[in-house]
Amino acid sequence: MGEAGGAIQAITMPKWGLAMDEGKVVAWHLEEGQAVAAGDEVVEIETTKITNVFESPVAGTLRRRVAAEGKTVPVGALLAVVAEAAVAEAEIEAFVADFQAKFEVAAAAEAEAAPEPEVVEAGGRRLRILRSGDGEGPPIVLLHGFGGDLNNWLFNQPMLSESHEVIALDLPGHGGSGKDVGAGDMAMLTAALGDLLDALGLERVHLVGHSMGGALALAFALKRPRAAASLTLIAPGGLGPEINMDYIQGFVGAGRRKEMKGVLELLVADPALIGRDMVDEVLKYKRLDGVEAALGTLAGALFPGGRQQTFGAAHLAALKTPAQAVWGRKDRILPPAHAEALPPGVAVHLLDDVGHMPHMEAAAEVNRLIAGMAAG
Amino acid sequence: MAKKSYRQAINEALAQEMRRDPTVIVMGEDNAGGLGSPGEDDAWGGVLGVTKGLMPEFGRERVLDTPITESAFIGAAAGAAATGLRPVAELMFVDFMGVCFDQIFNQAGKFRYMFGGKAVTPLVVRTMYGAGFRAASQHSQCLYPIFTHTPGLKVVLPSSPYEAKGLLIQAIRDDDPVIFFEHKVMYDDEEEVPDEPYTIPFGEANLTREGDDVTIVALGRMVGMANQVADTLEKDGISCTVIDPRTTSPLDSDTILECAEETGRVVVVDEASPRCNMATDISALIAENCFGALKAPIKMVTPPHTPVPFAPELEDLYIPNPEKIEAAVRAVATYER
Repeated sequence: MGEAGGAIQAITMPKWGLAMDEGKVVAWHLEEGQAVAAGDEVVEIETTKITNVFESPVAGTLRRRVAAEGKTVPVGALLAVVAEAAVAEAEIEAFVADFQAKFEVAAAAEAEAAPEPEVVEAGGRRLRILRSGDGEGPPIVLLHGFGGDLNNWLFNQPMLSESHEVIALDLPGHGGSGKDVGAGDMAMLTAALGDLLDALGLERVHLVGHSMGGALALAFALKRPRAAASLTLIAPGGLGPEINMDYIQGFVGAGRRKEMKGVLELLVADPALIGRDMVDEVLKYKRLDGVEAALGTLAGALFPGGRQQTFGAAHLAALKTPAQAVWGRKDRILPPAHAEALPPGVAVHLLDDVGHMPHMEAAAEVNRLIAGMAAG
Repeated sequence: MAKKSYRQAINEALAQEMRRDPTVIVMGEDNAGGLGSPGEDDAWGGVLGVTKGLMPEFGRERVLDTPITESAFIGAAAGAAATGLRPVAELMFVDFMGVCFDQIFNQAGKFRYMFGGKAVTPLVVRTMYGAGFRAASQHSQCLYPIFTHTPGLKVVLPSSPYEAKGLLIQAIRDDDPVIFFEHKVMYDDEEEVPDEPYTIPFGEANLTREGDDVTIVALGRMVGMANQVADTLEKDGISCTVIDPRTTSPLDSDTILECAEETGRVVVVDEASPRCNMATDISALIAENCFGALKAPIKMVTPPHTPVPFAPELEDLYIPNPEKIEAAVRAVATYER
């Protein structure tokens, strides 16, 4: 160090032991202006493992104590500057500035204001939810499908949050929620949703449900009509017996990326939408303890023998909640013709060139429909 | 889900498995620390703090501080595994295998075979490996090829915190002896790691990048470097697949051969000494099975055949780095007969 004739020398944070990457300046043993010889005790330094006194590796006059007492700095950071007394202050300043510029550690990026998921205890279950937005009227609650999670609404929740409070959740057995699904039937899902809304103190919400989550929205509205302000049913389950069991069994069984990618491609009209990250996220979810059992139980209860459990026509006729349905014409999981089972008065929006994931494949259109329904 | 370090991910895997299964025990040199020194309990948590906090939760009955006698405590762990426990023994640096290799390769690794399948040996040996820590030639080696060579052992090389947690839980639940290699330079690497327990199966390679031009097979710490190179070269129009085999035994040869066939151009990056390492093994596998698909000679990026130097400048030169990997990929990508 010290290029000006070797006259200016740096004392830097030492590396003590294999794991040390930073140290704390506890106390200086020398004042600025004092002479220092090599081997003199200069500064006391504390690491997570040990506190020790650092001996000067250089000789001269201690011209600057750069690191203040109590400060923690990384290994190699400038602690002090030693130079002969004749060296000008300006040169010392320049040396420090130059050293710091080269050593500068990028400032940590500002903490993002993005909402973070939280875990809510409700009815003895742990449910992960993501709340965002603010607005007049009942909040919008987003219910994903079989094997999904709250991240399925990534294209919807931010937009809807501009005018409403929005709550996306992970259903039991899914995402970051508890993996106990009990009997795995619609009664369990309905109870879980009711318990969550009670725990959050929400008396009335707009429900948006996709696939299995659509069946749940319907079941909930039929059971607790006063709690459901409206329904947006996206390729909802429970309206007809047919379901593509290649998808269900493939989803439950696939362990490798390639297999899983093929399975997930069934969800959409354009397979290019299924990126590596989506496949990775699904695989990571499926590796969690308890997920395999949870999915197996849900599939067994909701699609016994490869057929969907359905709402009876009389049951559906009792629906009083304002509702709309959205379905992709290229849905390969649940046929759009199932929409015919919905009571008259439920508007059905069929989207061209869209598969089983309208909220992802045609997000803008679906957002508009949801917002319209929530606006009444 | 929160960001966790490689160190925290391993610690969490141990703690969660110890909570789940009372037969899981941990043993090694200063795994807790402070034995016999009142007030110093759990002062260490292993030499780099990976097992810190286990002893206060699970007690000294399940977190054993052993003498500095690898032959004795690795042998004891093998015996404990054969008689009903699931020990996780810490061989501080894999460089010390020389004094306890009989217990690993000729005892633990052979029990299942010698006893006609009637014995299981659910032993995990956690061990540190790798250069870049200024720890000189006796604490920096990558000796996983020696263990990979030995039938009866499973060999795991986690390349990130997420991988480390899932692979370690899998290792603990596995009924065969597993040698679990932790790269000491990676302990402070961070990424998102689920709070819940999860397992990553052995023998399933991970494709950390997917591309059409060149296949890079990389191991352990080299995976991150290979990803970095793949991202750089993508901008230059060279798209790479990066394969992290995760386990060298069992080895996912299907995935490696499939990708080698697709791209016809292969670079293998291995931090182990160049003779008889994973790079030579994987290169031979590819040459033997998909010679016809190769459009260029396979390139290996490895250190030179020397002990790991202590001089920092030499150690930096010794370890494969992104520049060397990039040069190899460019050479393979542009090779014409």
